[in-house]
Amino acid sequence: MPEGKYCNKKPIETPEEVNFLLSDTSGNTYYEEMKSLDVDSDLMWATIQKTMKSRLKTWLEICAHCGMCADSCFIYLVNKKDPKQVPAYKIQSTLGEIIKKKGKVDNAFMRHAMEVAWSQCTCCNRCGTYCPHGIDTGIMFGYLRGLLYQQGFVPWEMKIGAGMHRAFRAQMDVTNEDFIETFEWMVEEYEDEYPGLTVPVDVENADILYTVNAREVKHYPEDLAEAAILFHVAGENWTVPTEGWEQTSLAMFAGDWAACKMQVESVYDAMERLKPKRMIGTECGHAHRATVIEGPYWAGREDGLPPVESIHYVEWLAEALREGKLKIDPSKRIKEPVTIQDSCNYIRNQGLKNATREIVSHIVEPGYFIEMSPNKEHNYCCGGGGGFNGIGFFRKQRNQALITKRDQILKTGAKLVLAPCHNCWDAIRDLEEEFEIGIRWSFLKPLVIKMLDLPDHMKPEE
Amino acid sequence: MHEFLTGICFWIALGVCLIGMLVRFVLYFRGLSWQLDRVAYKAHPIPGMKGAFRSIYKWLLPYGTYGWRTQPFMTAIFFGFHIGAVAVPLFLAGHNLFLESKLGFSLPMLSACVADFLTWMAVISAFFLLLRRIVLPEVRILTTREDYMVLFVSLAPFITGMMARYQVGDYGFWLNMHIFFGELLLIAIPFTKMSHVFLFFASRAQLGMDFGIKRGGMKGTKMAW
Repeated sequence: MPEGKYCNKKPIETPEEVNFLLSDTSGNTYYEEMKSLDVDSDLMWATIQKTMKSRLKTWLEICAHCGMCADSCFIYLVNKKDPKQVPAYKIQSTLGEIIKKKGKVDNAFMRHAMEVAWSQCTCCNRCGTYCPHGIDTGIMFGYLRGLLYQQGFVPWEMKIGAGMHRAFRAQMDVTNEDFIETFEWMVEEYEDEYPGLTVPVDVENADILYTVNAREVKHYPEDLAEAAILFHVAGENWTVPTEGWEQTSLAMFAGDWAACKMQVESVYDAMERLKPKRMIGTECGHAHRATVIEGPYWAGREDGLPPVESIHYVEWLAEALREGKLKIDPSKRIKEPVTIQDSCNYIRNQGLKNATREIVSHIVEPGYFIEMSPNKEHNYCCGGGGGFNGIGFFRKQRNQALITKRDQILKTGAKLVLAPCHNCWDAIRDLEEEFEIGIRWSFLKPLVIKMLDLPDHMKPEE
Repeated sequence: MHEFLTGICFWIALGVCLIGMLVRFVLYFRGLSWQLDRVAYKAHPIPGMKGAFRSIYKWLLPYGTYGWRTQPFMTAIFFGFHIGAVAVPLFLAGHNLFLESKLGFSLPMLSACVADFLTWMAVISAFFLLLRRIVLPEVRILTTREDYMVLFVSLAPFITGMMARYQVGDYGFWLNMHIFFGELLLIAIPFTKMSHVFLFFASRAQLGMDFGIKRGGMKGTKMAW
């Protein structure tokens, strides 16, 4: 059976198709069907010839096989230094083999490559900074994921996720109406506490265009209210778009580049339509990576930049605290051992380490902040990046991968972990559930709200 | 034989090496694609150049990067080998006298004592690099026949050169062998993993531009290489 009912090469385009694939519980039939999915070697080889240029070719060719990348990979370390987990081996034995064989690989090979691409690499790009030749294996795995996606060898949740973006322009089945209604409803809940609190919708020429992660709308609507409260207290002139409000991209994890382009263009269209001064995204790592760092290239923007200046939430928060738009009541600062999780997607991959530490200097009582080791650009992935968190098929491997972060946190002795990234937040929640090490974890918004020193006119009436 | 090796063979080897390197270097940069690589090389040349320079410079310094510092022994043997492998062929007095006679110019020359030291350092380091390949599981799994060939081709001129230098047996024989392996090495450079002698700079420059332009450089942070 070449193409399955559930598992096939065709991307998911409509809500009905999303529901159909979702109806296959845990993807059981999907993965069964995958075992007989044909490999279109000609298509794969043609794609490679069109898209594999000197950078990737040279990386594969000049890899000196020195093994210096081994210790840089947390998945290698946490799997008892299994040589098969050495980054160079992982990519040479998958993408490297596909190239050597000019795309003529079989079904079993493709399923193996899928396992390596989604359960042995989180595309954290740490190894890229440890290679003397500057070979970034994480980027190559991103490329491999694209080839695998095109052939239909992609984990069930990733196929659904990419399909969601195609069908809803969001990573979950959240419509534009759902988004606005939820935001307005959440803001109403807090109107009494914060008189004048609103959610300005589709306002042109605002200072800030705010974009979110769809799961905030679906599962954590409090987050929307918190964003509104902080913008309100800071006196910002902000707005949300009715369309193009979703910043994330599971399509990026899936390797569905066409869907990546569709998704990010919806956000850029909102920018063009509403002409804000800046765009600010929520506390998410990959969303920022997708929309701000990689997105311009998918959208074909030659300057590599989004249509308007786009910054991460932590950059805005650091700025608001620095400029006194938000004031912290010193008596309410964090007074327990606390550490911060550096998200690969905007710390290693955009160097925003100082912004988060500036925030820490405002909200943590001096003496209570403890750095993880290693940290900043050299920090390890939370253990669930690159889509790993969401893939049931590889849950065992993911849980193993969490051990690195667990031990890093335990070493700090922190009781609270700041996690300004949805993926990291999830991974840390899961590691607490799995290993019960007695920690709490939090986004920044709820913490900052609790310690705000409100301007007099905003204080609730006695 | 000696005439043949130092005559036509020398010219062919040198030509193949230089032209090969040049062609591949140009092809590398022409093959970069701002959209596929997702790096806006042309739009931001200054941050790109800064990133490229920084990335090359830091990695050329022994212990200059976080990566080098985390593996001190590897770094020692790596530089032990590479310093010798670059300096001895280029600056050995004998080589430069030959160069002078062939091309009419020469490079600065090493004293015999320094040259001996660097040679021994390179050979001993190479021995440890080889040992590392055989002993460490994470290196062994990556190792292919080509890796051993490359090590052999880069080491053979050193070994034969030393045999000639210390006059073990027939000097003329070892000298010819030395020239032969040296020329083999030159020819191998553009076509094998030895291409890293120049593609190192290309590849490091590319990742440096990536970080310099896209991954933080334009945000004012320097990648902590």
